[in-house]
Amino acid sequence: MKEEKKTVSKAGVLRRISGPVVTAVGLEAHMYDLVKVGREELMGEVIKIKGEDVIIQVYEDTAGIRPGEPVVNTSLPLAVELGPGLMKSIYDGIQRPLSVLVDRMGNFIERGVSAPGLDRTARWDFKPLVKKGDRVSAGSIIGEVPETRSIVHRIMVPPNVKGGVVKEIREGKFTVEEVVCTLEDGTALTMMHKWPVRVPRPYQEKLNPDIPLLTGQRILDGLFPIAKGGTAAIPGPFGSGKTVTQQQLAKWSDAKIVVYIGCGERGNEMTEVLTEFPNLLDPTTGNPLMERTTLIANTSNMPVAAREASVYTGITIAEYFRDMGYDVSLMADSTSRWAEAMREISSRLEEMPGEEGYPAYLAARLSEFYERAGRVRTLNGQHGSVSVIGAVSPPGGDFSEPVTQNTLRIVKVFWALDAKLSQRRHFPAINWLNSYSLYLDILNDWYAANVSPEWNTLRAWMMEVLQKEAELQEIVQLVGSDALPEEQQITIEIARMIREIFLQQNAYDKVDTYCDMTKQYDMVKAIRKFSDLAYAAQAAGVLPQQVMAVKAKSELPQIKFIKDYRPELARIMDSMEKEFNALRAGIS
Amino acid sequence: MKEYRTITQIAGPLVFVEKTEPIGYAELVNIVLADGTIKRGQVLDTSDEIVVVQVFETTAGIGRDSGVRFTGETIKMPVGREMLGRILSGGGKPIDGGPEIVPEKRLDITGAAINPYARHPPEEFIQTGISTIDGMNTLVRGQKLPIFSGAGLPHNDIALQIARQSKVLGAKESFAVVFAAMGITKEEANHFMADFERTGALERAVVFLNLADDPAVERIITPRLALTTAEYLAFTLGMHVLVILTDMTNYCEALRQIGAAREEVPGRRGYPGYMYTDLASIYERAGVIHGMSGSITQFPILTMPGDDITHPIPDLTGYITEGQIVISRELHRKGIYPPINVLPSLSRLMNLGIGEKHTREDHKKVSDQLYAAYAEGNDLRGLVAIVGKDALSERDRMFLEFADLFEDRFVRQGKDENRAITQTLDLGWELLATLPVEQLVRIDRGLIEKYHPKFRGQRQAGAAQPQSVKG
Ligand SMILES: Nc1ncnc2c1ncn2[C@@H]1O[C@H](COP(=O)(O)OP(=O)(O)OP(=O)(O)O)[C@@H](O)[C@H]1O
Ligand SMILES: [Mg+2]
Repeated sequence: MKEEKKTVSKAGVLRRISGPVVTAVGLEAHMYDLVKVGREELMGEVIKIKGEDVIIQVYEDTAGIRPGEPVVNTSLPLAVELGPGLMKSIYDGIQRPLSVLVDRMGNFIERGVSAPGLDRTARWDFKPLVKKGDRVSAGSIIGEVPETRSIVHRIMVPPNVKGGVVKEIREGKFTVEEVVCTLEDGTALTMMHKWPVRVPRPYQEKLNPDIPLLTGQRILDGLFPIAKGGTAAIPGPFGSGKTVTQQQLAKWSDAKIVVYIGCGERGNEMTEVLTEFPNLLDPTTGNPLMERTTLIANTSNMPVAAREASVYTGITIAEYFRDMGYDVSLMADSTSRWAEAMREISSRLEEMPGEEGYPAYLAARLSEFYERAGRVRTLNGQHGSVSVIGAVSPPGGDFSEPVTQNTLRIVKVFWALDAKLSQRRHFPAINWLNSYSLYLDILNDWYAANVSPEWNTLRAWMMEVLQKEAELQEIVQLVGSDALPEEQQITIEIARMIREIFLQQNAYDKVDTYCDMTKQYDMVKAIRKFSDLAYAAQAAGVLPQQVMAVKAKSELPQIKFIKDYRPELARIMDSMEKEFNALRAGIS
Repeated sequence: MKEYRTITQIAGPLVFVEKTEPIGYAELVNIVLADGTIKRGQVLDTSDEIVVVQVFETTAGIGRDSGVRFTGETIKMPVGREMLGRILSGGGKPIDGGPEIVPEKRLDITGAAINPYARHPPEEFIQTGISTIDGMNTLVRGQKLPIFSGAGLPHNDIALQIARQSKVLGAKESFAVVFAAMGITKEEANHFMADFERTGALERAVVFLNLADDPAVERIITPRLALTTAEYLAFTLGMHVLVILTDMTNYCEALRQIGAAREEVPGRRGYPGYMYTDLASIYERAGVIHGMSGSITQFPILTMPGDDITHPIPDLTGYITEGQIVISRELHRKGIYPPINVLPSLSRLMNLGIGEKHTREDHKKVSDQLYAAYAEGNDLRGLVAIVGKDALSERDRMFLEFADLFEDRFVRQGKDENRAITQTLDLGWELLATLPVEQLVRIDRGLIEKYHPKFRGQRQAGAAQPQSVKG
């Protein structure tokens, strides 16, 4: 396999260097070929060909590189290595393992060091799932490897390999480069293959996204759910909670695999994931969260071209696990930084700028990316999904800017973060009036069957109360709350309960950080019960002040912080009913 | 070293040189004037035909007859322990009359990115003695926490108070301050210097001064020189370094000026499209590294043009830093010092540095509750202006009063008042105790029983005693 000698293409020379974009002449090249730039052989990619000039974006710092230095074409596209070893890894935007880079060049990232995405020395336990004489085709699962405690890594025939009849397949411990299976026609298969990042991996067909991706976050699961294989955008000004929400999803969503891309964001945030995830347990498997996670960290101060690539590296890894029949969720924080990387490169190419300087192809790139999400029937007939959740960082928090707008045209779920909410520490600061999920209808059946037939009605009720509150608040702003009719004063209080008890959820509280559907349902039922009793009492002549003083109102929020909340909830409900009865008895 | 006399064009801070041998991108360039003066610059674009040089000083005096020398290396900064106590220009030359600095090392001023895998999460609580920071926007070692201010507000006093009072509880370690001024006035600079001298802080400080009348383009390198120095002190000499950068707004203006000179397509409000990335290359040079004893904590100060937090300078800064401390003109007008508005302020690393292990178990919940209550009271002020106090419910009135009390007791403190964290938290409880216990929905029962003055009072006095609010 290794002696696949390339026809060596003619080396070109550098003519111009301008930051991350360089121009070479005399180079035979095709678009998106990977090239080695300069004497230090920095990694770059062909992004434009214009007459003699080949324009290249370089994934590493270009300081000191001079005109006249050589450029060599590898004639291969930018690709990721797919195979055992992806889980628990942290990569830069072009899949260099950051842990290996620390070993090679210390605490700071210097340039000119290449490191393969998958460890060449690790030996993995390969167990064949097909035998001699079996017919296999592109995407077929030929064996498996227990990659981590949580993940069985399924080894597949690469999608671009035709397949055939198995001639030999071996069980045992192998490195990713050793041949584990040969086919009659001589094709040799290893546990690893490469896939170009800019090409979506094939599947048989897309399936309906009719299963929710449960996240344990009440406002998401309860009001604005995303489906497995769905797409969501989470735009918001700085400090409104994009990263915390994404991390919550990475921690608690019921996907089998998590791919987390830190695209042009903070170094410390990646460190936080790295230190936290090995110590947090996955609620479904009981194993550390890290065992099902791959991190891509191309922080804001790392090269912009590699930032541009990071999103593709991430989604290709996600698709690969999808092809094994797994549900994958991918977080990209932040897609705006990716768009800015495109803008920066584009402006160096002196392309005609579109809106706010972004290239005219911004919308196309965004939709191609989100289009790679989906629930699919894989080549091997399994069901797998990639759900994509993209953070968007609009300048000045203004959602009318191009990245937000173009994203909203594509995604099906919109979680609108609101600085007004985050400033008063209402978290998650997702605005319940502006957000939406277009998956609601398709997910109704699932909720009715798996949570309660009542669920969808309760959900609609919550939204109605919140909507009503917004209208009433406008009046209150003019006349004060005491001027409202009594019934409406109660509505405002019920809405407050929905906000403070159900919607607010503290990501940093040991218990409240994750709330399963059963508890969500119990909480809504309790508020609904309070509401029914409150209106009835008011109708019977009890004063709103008396209703608001019912103890349950201040006791219910405590439920959030209790793990085995059921006995306490029952006690509160019981005393709540008694208290309301007493109030009404006091009237008659 | 070869000297070229092939300058073809000079535009703003840019000099175009022709017919050179191959010149490296980002190389340091010396331009020699007729009188022998040397001006420094850096290669922005290099090709067979033309090399574009950005000059870090005024281009006054540069002409076709000037000589251009390419040094063959990127800009390096001589660093050493001796720099402590020294005052340097914004370009890194001693201006205190002292001797040249004998370098222990010469470091590239761009600085390489810290590998995220090598970072250690910042988690050591820094007590600044200011309640609004310690209690509600806690600073931790290795954080970058800017001050968003406005023209004429006392951000310098606050920065100085923080620099003076900051300490890590129970620690005796070597620390240093690196102070970089960009385009501030002589008067402001004197204010800082006088305070450093008065408190003896100068001995442990390295000062870089680019003043208002110094060349604007020099501001592009000043923070990088400062951070290169800080990195040496922190990661080679093992010191805990506090870096104060002021005023980042002037830095960004210089960046805009260069962008315009290069005829780039401008981004929002004329600032370059790459300003986010550029600022990140400054702000991300903070942190803690595994297995190293030093750290870099950054306190950038910026004045928001027109007090507008959505202006690209504070906006892009907020997107990179780990929170922000926002100074409010309104509080300042009310005569409250330090006029920190906690509502738009935030410390994102707070949760790592507080709680039982670092400060006290009730810290997070007290902070959350203070936020919620103050936000509610503050909202009601708008309403009162329209409908008057009488139209408020009793509940609303309590929150309204809470907001006033909070500003007067919690926010307000003296310029030399150094509050311990326990004092801050107790003060928080004292204020929360003016609200009915059932309104404290952000705090769990257990903590209320342990820390609420009403219950504490009961436990201590044995019997229920009405507690007076005033502490
Ligand atoms: N669900 C939550 N529970 C508790 N606190 C939260 C929650 N969401 C956000 N926060 C608080 O808000 C702060 C800012 O959130 P976050 O870092 O996610 O903002 P962001 O939108 O990603 O900002 P930026 O665009 O600058 O990266 C957090 O540090 C945390 O204090
Ligand atoms: Mg973020």
